[in-house]
Amino acid sequence: MTAIALAAAEKVFANGVRALDPLTLRIDEGAFATVVGPSGCGKSTLLRLAAGLTAPSSGTVRLWPDASAGAARRLAFVFQSATLMAWADVEKNVRLPLDLEDAAMRDPAADARVRRALALVGLEDFRHAYPAELSGGMQMRVSIARALVTEPALLLMDEPFGALDEITRTRLDRELAELWARERLTVLFVTHSIFEAVFLSTRVIVMSPRPGRVVGDLAVDEPHPRTEAFRVSTRFAAYCERVSTLLASAMEDAGVTQ
Amino acid sequence: MQAGLRYGAPFAVGVALLAAWQAAVTALDVPVYLVPSPLTVLATLHRDWALLSRSLAFTLVVTLAALALAVLIGVATAFLFVQSRIVEASFFPYAVLLQVTPIVAIAPLIIIWVKDTRIALVLCAGIVALFPIVSNTTLGLRSVDPGLLELFRLYGAGRWQTLVRLRVPSALPYFFAGLRVSAGLALIGAVVAEFVAGTGGSVSGLAYQILLSGLQLNIPRLFAALFLIAATGIVLSLATALAARIALRRWHASEQEPQ
Repeated sequence: MTAIALAAAEKVFANGVRALDPLTLRIDEGAFATVVGPSGCGKSTLLRLAAGLTAPSSGTVRLWPDASAGAARRLAFVFQSATLMAWADVEKNVRLPLDLEDAAMRDPAADARVRRALALVGLEDFRHAYPAELSGGMQMRVSIARALVTEPALLLMDEPFGALDEITRTRLDRELAELWARERLTVLFVTHSIFEAVFLSTRVIVMSPRPGRVVGDLAVDEPHPRTEAFRVSTRFAAYCERVSTLLASAMEDAGVTQ
Repeated sequence: MQAGLRYGAPFAVGVALLAAWQAAVTALDVPVYLVPSPLTVLATLHRDWALLSRSLAFTLVVTLAALALAVLIGVATAFLFVQSRIVEASFFPYAVLLQVTPIVAIAPLIIIWVKDTRIALVLCAGIVALFPIVSNTTLGLRSVDPGLLELFRLYGAGRWQTLVRLRVPSALPYFFAGLRVSAGLALIGAVVAEFVAGTGGSVSGLAYQILLSGLQLNIPRLFAALFLIAATGIVLSLATALAARIALRRWHASEQEPQ
């Protein structure tokens, strides 16, 4: 089944900047799709369109277009920075989506869901800590737990590990890949790291500089869960090479010298 | 900084200054009606305590009532301001007007208009203390992480939920900064208004004691009253700092010890 369907969706901002050329794209349910592209190519705009945070200037964006009405599926968004409430502890931060969704009727299962989300990111022991007391990587994990607490079917992630150091990023990438396989999520992930894209994804979508167009779309047919062995394999290098070539030619066409 | 040093250092400075004052007054044989020595002031404070404590209580009640009024009206105004930019643009200049008009200039009017002197004094001091609360709280309610605002929107939070769960906590550090300034201003406002209200007879705050002691050349009592006003100001400042500390300790950078 299709999870995300963009039909000639286009975004032009009020100030006249063209963020996204008309784009037609289908993402299958259960995919880990990653969008790679240079800064300002409209990858974030694509994600925000899918989340409904912004409306397309023309065209349509639909989630689960083939599903019967009433079968509402939840989506969650992870931002570039952890975006936590500094005044609330880890548990309250993770609980926020549940609190906002039904403030009137207290979900009796809420406590259990918060616990489960914290366990998924390995933060059970830190549930009473405040964001200021956590490292950048742990803050990001809180952010991911908050996204998972509603048990979403679709996870939209906007360069979530971009601000982290290489070592933490590698570890969180691996954890995310495991999580995706175990929870049977659909993920749309945005990054500017080719290595991260290839390591995580079942599908890599390459975008050109602004205004964004899809210049490449390749499947990464490798078994999950992926290990460190994959990261140093020749197949991994070959995938990276292909993505890199696609990006380079897109940059050249756009007249950007690297 | 170590706690001992933080409280000990200013205390040591105070003791040294008082000792120097005492020594200078004794050595130069300054008459008591010009500058009384700290020990004389202390003795006066003790002797006149019945009178001075009543004045202190009066000024303190006026100050605290004025601060409470300023917080109530200030916070309510800030809530109105953040509901719409047009409301803020229309009314903010008048809040500024209230701020820049010297209280000594409008106090006589208020004292004439309001029959109860005590209420008139609270109003005067409240006007002086209002502005920092309004401007800081408004700024705070607007200083919300745009990412969190989007997150709230994504999860379908209403206006009320966004206000209570997001804007109010975000505004707390700003509010407390304003409260600390306002607490000092409320005291200044109360004292100034009392001076203007003057020798009404029914008023017996610390400013009135200063006025009266000055006329009677009872300089030690004047100093004693002055000391009590200063002490009140310090206690108010410490109390607001403590309130901020309790509210922000765990999460805000302003209350965190550098590691």
